[in-house]
Amino acid sequence: MTAATSVENGGQLKRRSLGARLVTANTFWIALVLVALIIVFSALAPNAFPTVFNFQRLAIETAVLLVLAVGMTFVIITGGIDLSVGSVLIFAGMVSAKTMNALSENGSAIDAGWGVIIAGLVAAVLGGLVWGFVNGFLIAHAKVPPLIVTLGSFGAALGAASLLGDGSDIRTIPTTLKRALGSGTSFGGIPNLVITAAVITLIAAWLLHTTRFGRYTFAVGSSQEAARRAGIGVTAHLLKVYLLAGLLAGAAGFMSLAYYSTTGIAAHSTDNLNAIAAVVMGGTSLFGGVGTMLGTVIGVFIPAVLKKGFNIVHVQDYWQMIAVGAVLVAAVWFDQQRRRARDRL
Amino acid sequence: MTAPALEAVDLTKTYGSVEALRGASFSVHPGEVVALIGDNGAGKSTLVKCMAGAEQPTSGTIRFEGAETRFDSPTDARRRGIETVYQDLAVAPELDPAANLFLGREIRRPGVLGALGMLDKKAMRRRAAEEFGRLGVALQSIDVPIGSLSGGQRQSVAVARSVVWASKVVFMDEPTAALGVVQRERVLDVIRRVRDEGVAVVLISHNMPEVLSVSDRVEVLRLGRRVARFTAKDATLEDLVGAMTGALHQEEA
Ligand SMILES: Nc1ncnc2c1ncn2[C@@H]1O[C@H](COP(=O)(O)OP(=O)(O)OP(=O)(O)O)[C@@H](O)[C@H]1O
Ligand SMILES: [Mg+2]
Repeated sequence: MTAATSVENGGQLKRRSLGARLVTANTFWIALVLVALIIVFSALAPNAFPTVFNFQRLAIETAVLLVLAVGMTFVIITGGIDLSVGSVLIFAGMVSAKTMNALSENGSAIDAGWGVIIAGLVAAVLGGLVWGFVNGFLIAHAKVPPLIVTLGSFGAALGAASLLGDGSDIRTIPTTLKRALGSGTSFGGIPNLVITAAVITLIAAWLLHTTRFGRYTFAVGSSQEAARRAGIGVTAHLLKVYLLAGLLAGAAGFMSLAYYSTTGIAAHSTDNLNAIAAVVMGGTSLFGGVGTMLGTVIGVFIPAVLKKGFNIVHVQDYWQMIAVGAVLVAAVWFDQQRRRARDRL
Repeated sequence: MTAPALEAVDLTKTYGSVEALRGASFSVHPGEVVALIGDNGAGKSTLVKCMAGAEQPTSGTIRFEGAETRFDSPTDARRRGIETVYQDLAVAPELDPAANLFLGREIRRPGVLGALGMLDKKAMRRRAAEEFGRLGVALQSIDVPIGSLSGGQRQSVAVARSVVWASKVVFMDEPTAALGVVQRERVLDVIRRVRDEGVAVVLISHNMPEVLSVSDRVEVLRLGRRVARFTAKDATLEDLVGAMTGALHQEEA
């Protein structure tokens, strides 16, 4: 090695330009898809689609799913999967509703105050954490594949929720909670439910993209062996990631309770797949090691915009399912191509 | 001469019925490059793993800077300034070179944000660029995933990652195996530079001319045992090959 080469390289390593980084990012392309969809529907229905009311509905209807997808993003970046989130959401909602009712006079929480509601929130979060721990323990410590573990807890959490509710939903949800979180607004009309989801998403984005926890999440997903040799506690980290997914599913359960005022036992059977689809469409790789929170937000909105748009222009709902399926497969195909191009040496 | 930076005495290691090490000894001094050579399966990688905390020897003694010790884990060894470049590299392909360099040793921001775990990515990128420059690792940019680099570049990064943090000893298990002529020279140059800084370097290699050109001493392992020691400038290719194949035998035990 000569002096010339060391000068040539000496401390001059540049980052790629913003443009170069953008076009290689999956997120960039999927963002273009979302923008294109919004433009097309706005052109097709200029009076009905691009309205404040419509976007407000869109945001509210995606808030709960967004919180699930945020947790799923961490899980998928580690190279795992969580099929249980929808059931855990129901379980957490059920535990929360049960708790609030039990703490209220004559077993109905309808008129309950903030003390009881806070207890309900704590119960929901704990309910989510329990399943997060079960998943994380079996995956990280017992080394059972995530697909199998969470397929098991998908059924078990729903079963447990149904047992708790004796097979039926609980609808005695505090009116105060419904008014505040379910239908309330702040800052001149922004739904509180949306604000809650946005705050959770922002904190999670910060955690994923700027902290050591996030860096380790990517590292574990990229190469467990490399992470282990670098001294990262891979087992402990995986457990934390599934705990986080459980925590967020618990929070989503509480939000769902506030919005729908029911535990909705039968209403969340495809939440898991919707969350996974959103995350994957957003450019997070099912193989682990790659992903962004912004992509997940976009991925949550694409199916929602398609659905709203098709409704407004009077195309049957079923087309939305087909379109989402196509975008999803395209996104994964794209990721595979990128990976193959990269691994060719 | 000062005490060896690291010394192994009579190590044995068995995997079930396989005896990978049968009383292997080894020593390396600060500021010295020692080549550890031997035929495939002689136990080189196993010996290195035992001295770097990745495996526990079945029996035998390890001395670090003169004092008997044991390394509970690679992390334990790393904390004491012992780094390893493994034969299979193990980098995180989706992370960029800077992230790989600092993996497990991230720089945090000062103040409250740092306490919350927030990383100082800028500082890490800057230091990574400096270190890569210093070590002559040629990269086009600092923020592409390491998996998209060429095999040689990836290997250079893996070597740099260990060298940057090694303050006492660095083990390199065939660090030049997949490299072209230029990259190989660079790695050898890095090895000399690190040695000149006073670090003890242990190099495993099957390339005898390379071994003779870069190392100060050579220790030969055969069937899990040290069979010969040479001063590199006095040794010939025939000596090394003879010792590896069992034709020449210097040491008892
Ligand atoms: N984890 C293990 N389990 C069982 N046997 C092992 C294990 N690791 C090493 N061995 C055996 O120990 C012996 C020495 O292996 P080692 O990898 O140390 O050789 P080496 O000198 O590094 O060879 P090479 O030049 O091929 O890298 C071999 O017979 C090998 O099969
Ligand atoms: Mg080996």
